[in-house]
Amino acid sequence: MDQIVWLIPILPLLGFIVVAFLHRMLGNTLVSAVACGTILGSFLLSIYLFTSFDGNGQNITYFDWINIASLHVPFAFLIDGLSLVMLLVVTGIGFLIHLYSVGYMHDDERFPQFMSYLNLFVFFMLLLVMGNNYIVMFTGWEGVGLCSYLLIGFWFKNHSYNNAANKAFIMNRIGDLGFLLGIFLIWTTFDSVIYSEVFGSAESYSKGDKVITSITLLLFIGAMGKSAQIPLYTWLPDAMAGPTPVSALIHAATMVTAGVYMVVRSNILYTLSPDTLNLILGIGLATAFFAATIGLYQNDIKKVLAYSTVSQLGFMFIGLGVGAYTAGIFHLVTHAFFKALLFLGAGSVIHAMGGEQDIRKMGGLRSSIKITYLTFLIGTIAISGIPPFSGFFSKDEILMHLYSKSPLLWFIGIVSSALTAFYMFRLLFLTFWGDFRGTKHQADHLHESPYSMTVPLMILALLAFVGGALNIPEVMGGNTALHHFLQKVLESTELRFVSPHLTHTTEYVLMIIAVAIAAISSWFAYDTYVVKTKLPVGNEDDLKNLVRIIYHKYYIDELYEKGIVKPLNWISRQINKHVEPKIIDGTVEGSANIVLSFSGTIRQLQTGSIGFYLVAMVLSFVLLFALALII
Amino acid sequence: MLTLLLLAVPFVFGLIVHLLNERNARFAALFSTIISLGITSYLFATFDRESGMQFELNKVWVKDLGINFHLAMDGTSLILIALTSLISLLVVISTEQSKFSNPALFYTFVLLMQSALTGVFTSQDAFLFYVFWELALIPIYFICFLFGEEGRFRITLKFFAYTLAGSLLMLVGIIYLRSINPEQNFEISSFTKIVLNSSEQKWLFWLFLAAFAVKIPIFPLHTWQPDTYVNAPFQGTVLLGSVMSKMGIYGLIRFILPIFPDALNEYSGMLMFLVIFGIIYGSLMAWVQQDIKRLLAYSSFAHMGIMAAGVLSNTNVGVSGAVFQMFAHGVYSFGLFYIVYLLEDFKGNRVIGNFGGLRNIAPKLATVFLIILLGSVGLPLTNGFIGEFMILSGVFTYSPNAALFAGLSVILGAVYMLQFYQKTMLGNVAPDSFNDIKGKSFVLLGIVSLIIILTGVFPAILTGLL
Repeated sequence: MDQIVWLIPILPLLGFIVVAFLHRMLGNTLVSAVACGTILGSFLLSIYLFTSFDGNGQNITYFDWINIASLHVPFAFLIDGLSLVMLLVVTGIGFLIHLYSVGYMHDDERFPQFMSYLNLFVFFMLLLVMGNNYIVMFTGWEGVGLCSYLLIGFWFKNHSYNNAANKAFIMNRIGDLGFLLGIFLIWTTFDSVIYSEVFGSAESYSKGDKVITSITLLLFIGAMGKSAQIPLYTWLPDAMAGPTPVSALIHAATMVTAGVYMVVRSNILYTLSPDTLNLILGIGLATAFFAATIGLYQNDIKKVLAYSTVSQLGFMFIGLGVGAYTAGIFHLVTHAFFKALLFLGAGSVIHAMGGEQDIRKMGGLRSSIKITYLTFLIGTIAISGIPPFSGFFSKDEILMHLYSKSPLLWFIGIVSSALTAFYMFRLLFLTFWGDFRGTKHQADHLHESPYSMTVPLMILALLAFVGGALNIPEVMGGNTALHHFLQKVLESTELRFVSPHLTHTTEYVLMIIAVAIAAISSWFAYDTYVVKTKLPVGNEDDLKNLVRIIYHKYYIDELYEKGIVKPLNWISRQINKHVEPKIIDGTVEGSANIVLSFSGTIRQLQTGSIGFYLVAMVLSFVLLFALALII
Repeated sequence: MLTLLLLAVPFVFGLIVHLLNERNARFAALFSTIISLGITSYLFATFDRESGMQFELNKVWVKDLGINFHLAMDGTSLILIALTSLISLLVVISTEQSKFSNPALFYTFVLLMQSALTGVFTSQDAFLFYVFWELALIPIYFICFLFGEEGRFRITLKFFAYTLAGSLLMLVGIIYLRSINPEQNFEISSFTKIVLNSSEQKWLFWLFLAAFAVKIPIFPLHTWQPDTYVNAPFQGTVLLGSVMSKMGIYGLIRFILPIFPDALNEYSGMLMFLVIFGIIYGSLMAWVQQDIKRLLAYSSFAHMGIMAAGVLSNTNVGVSGAVFQMFAHGVYSFGLFYIVYLLEDFKGNRVIGNFGGLRNIAPKLATVFLIILLGSVGLPLTNGFIGEFMILSGVFTYSPNAALFAGLSVILGAVYMLQFYQKTMLGNVAPDSFNDIKGKSFVLLGIVSLIIILTGVFPAILTGLL
C-alpha cells in the first residue's frame, strides 16, 4: 500500500519532468501519451486504493522534512475517506481534462509546455489533498497557486493576461498569509502540525474557545483567497484569461475547492468555533448571492461560468457554515462534474466559433455542434437544480440544512439558486438557440470538436447526470452513501451537531419549492431569450444605474485599485523620491557629521575626503577607548 | 588543521594571483576556490552532528594580551563557510576577464575576501574575529573602488565610513570585555561566562549592535547599502549581498544572544519594530525602483530584515531559520544579481522599462529566472520557504503581531518580484539580439536552481548541522 500511495503524486511529477525536458525528443504524440498516461495511472491507483480501503485512515510517513527544535514536519500522507474522495475527483476529472486538452491545445506552438504545467498542477493538487499535516497541505496549496499563475498567463505575450496571472497569485498570497499564521498558531497551541495529533488534542477544548476560534478564522482567510470568496474573489473572473481547460480543471473543478477541503479537513476545529462557522455561513451566502447577480449580466461565455463558480463555491461554504460538511463535499463533487463539463463545453463552443467568446455574437449553435449542445444542456440542468440531475441532490441537501438553521437565510439561498437557473439558461439559449449572429466566415467553419474533446464531454455529462446517486437522501429511499463513507473523518463532530430533523413533509415541501423555482426561472429565461428573442444590451451606457453597478462587479476591483494599490504605490514613490534620500540618509549622515564636528580642530578637513573620515574615526575611537578605561 | 587550510589557501593564492598573467590568474583562482569547496565538502561529510565546536585549531598569538589564534566550527559556522566557498567559486567562474582593466588584481581581492570571511565565521577569539572583520572590508573596498561604476568614490567612502564606525564601536566593546574577563583572554566562550551588571550589558550591547546593525543593515542605517550594491561591479555586489551581509546576522548570533541576554530582552521589542519596519519599507522601495539592480538591493535589505527578526525572536526555531535562510538567501541572491548582470550586459542599462518579452527568445533564462524567483518569494519546495517558514514560526512565538507584519513580506515580495519578472521576461516585444543563456551562464544559473530545490526538498542537509 505504501508503495502505491507515493506513486500517485509522483507519476504526474514524473510526467511533468519528462515532458518539460524531453518534449523535443518525444514529439507531440508521445507528449500527449506521457501527460495523459501518468494521470490515468494515478487515477487507476486511486481507484485501487478506494476499493481496498477498509474505512480506517492511514498515515504513511516518507521522511522528516523539517525537523528542528520543536518544529517537526514529516513528509507524510494520510489516506482516509476524505482524501480518497478528493483523489478520485482530482485524478479522474484531471485525466478527462488532460485528454480534452490534447484536442484543444494541439495546435498551440507551446503545447508540450501546457501539458507539463497541467501535470505539475495535478502533482501539487495531490500533495494538497494527501498531506497528513498542514505544511504539506500548504505546499500543495502554494504549488497549485504557482501553476494557476503559470497557466493564467500561459499566453504571456499578452500583458492583460499577465496582469490577471499576477493578480491571482498576489490575492492568493494575501489569503496564504492568513493560512500561514493559522499554521503557526496551530503549532504553538498543539505543538504539532499533524492532523491526527492536532485533532486529537483539540477534542479536549471546549466549544467557543478563543484560540481555536482564532485558528479557524486565520485558516479561513486562506480559504477565502483560494476559493474566491468575498472579499478576495475578484481574481477568479480575471483568471479566465487562461486557456479553457485550465478554467475547467483549476478554476472550477479542483483548485478553487481547496478551501472547502481545508475546512472539512479541519472540521473538528471548526465545529469547536460556532462564531467562525457563522462567519463562513455569512460569507458563503453573500458570495452565492452577489456572484449570481453579477452572472446575470455577463456576456462572455467564460465570465458567466466564472461568476457561477464563485457563486457555487459560496453554496459549498453555506453547507460548511451550517455544519453540513458532507453536503459541502457532496456539492464539491457534483460541481466538479457539471462545472468541468460546462467549461469544457464552452471551450468546444469557442473552438467552433474560432475564438469568439461573446454570447451576443453566437446563437443557433445547437444544430451544428450537437454533442456539445446536448452535453452543455445536461450541465445546465444539473447546475440549475432540476431532478434527477446531480446538482439537485447536493444543493438540496445544503438548502435543507440551511432551512433548519434559519428559514430566512434559506430564502436568500433559494433566491440565489433561482438566479443560477436563470443565468445558466440565459447562457444556454443565447448560445445555442435562436438565429446565428456571427459572421459568415464563422458560420461556414462551424464544426463539432474532435473525439478527444467530445468523449470527455460525454463522460462528464453522464457523471453530471447520475452523480447525485452518491448521496441520495433517506427520504427518497437512498442510503446517503457519501455520508457513510466520510463518517470516520467527521464522526467526532457529528456528535456535536444535532442533525436537522425536519419532518418528511417539510423536506418534500422544500424540495418542491426549490424545483418549482428553478423551473420558473428557466421558463422565464426561455420566455425572454427564445420567445421574445431579446438580446443583452450592446452598449453599456444604455444600462440602468443598478444594472450598471452589477455589470461592473459592484466596482470592487476599482475600490481595491483606487483605495489600496494606487495610494500605496504613490506613498512608496514619494518615500523613494524624498524621504529616503533627504530625510533618512540626510539625518544619519547629518548626525554623523555633528558628532564628528565636535572635534573643532579638524573642522577644516570636513571636505568629504577619506583622510578626514579616517582621522575622525581614529580620534573618536581613541576617545571611546579612553572612556571605556575610565569606566 | 583543515580549518586553517580553508583560511590559508585563498590567502596564499590571493597574494600570488595578481603577479600572474590573466589566463594563469584565472586558472589559479579557480583552482583555489575549487580546493576550498573540496575541503568544505569534506568537513561537511565528517562533521559530527552530536558535538558542538570542532575542526579546532588553537595557538597562542599574543601571549601577554591573551590573544589566541583560535579557529573552530559549529554547524552555524560550517553552513556559512559552505556559503562562502560556494559563492567564491561562482564569483570566480562568473568573472569575465575582458570586463576588467586588471583581472589578476581583481581575483586577488576576491580570494583575500574569501579568506577574511572564512576567518570571521571560524574565529573563536574575539580579537581575531575583529581582525578578520576589518580585513574583510579592505578587499571589498578596493573591488568597489577600483572596479565600480561612476560615482563610486563618494559611495564607497560612505560605505567605508559607515561600517568602520560601527566596527570600531564593537572593538571598544571587545576590549572592555577583555579587561573585565577573569580568564584574561579574548575567547568568545569565556565572554559568555562574564557576569555583567545590567547597565554594563546595556551599553556594551549597543556597541556590538552598532557594528552588526550597519552590516545587516537594520533600518535606518541602511542608506549605504542600495548605493553600494548598485555601484559595485556584479561580483562585488554578490560578495556583499550574498556573504558579507551575513556577517551582521552571524555577529548577532555569536555575540549578542549569548553575552547580552538581558539587554536583548529589554531592547528586542524596539529592535524588532525597526527590523520589521525595514522589511516593509524595503519591500515597498523595491516595488517602485526603476533600476533593476536597485530593486534587488532593496529586496535584499528586506530579506536581511527577516533574518534579523528570526534572530531577535531568540527562539531556537527562529535562530535556526535565520541560519538556514542566510545560506538560502546567499544562493538565490547570487542567481538574481547574476540575471541582472546578464540583462545589463545585453542592454547597456538597467532601466526596467527598457526590457520585456525576453521569454520569447530566451526560454531557458526565463525558466531558471522563475525558479530562482520562486526561491526568493519563498514558495514551498524551494529553500526560501524553509528559512522563511522557520523564521516566521520563531517570530510568531515571540509575538503573533510581529509575525503578521513581518509576514507582509510574503505578499509584498510576490508583488515586486512578479512585476520584475513580467516587465523583463513577459510580453510581446521581443528584442532581436539577445542570446539565451548557454555554457557558463547556463551552468551557473543551473547550479543555483538545483541548490534552491535540493535544499528546499531536503533542508535536513543543512538543518541537520544545527
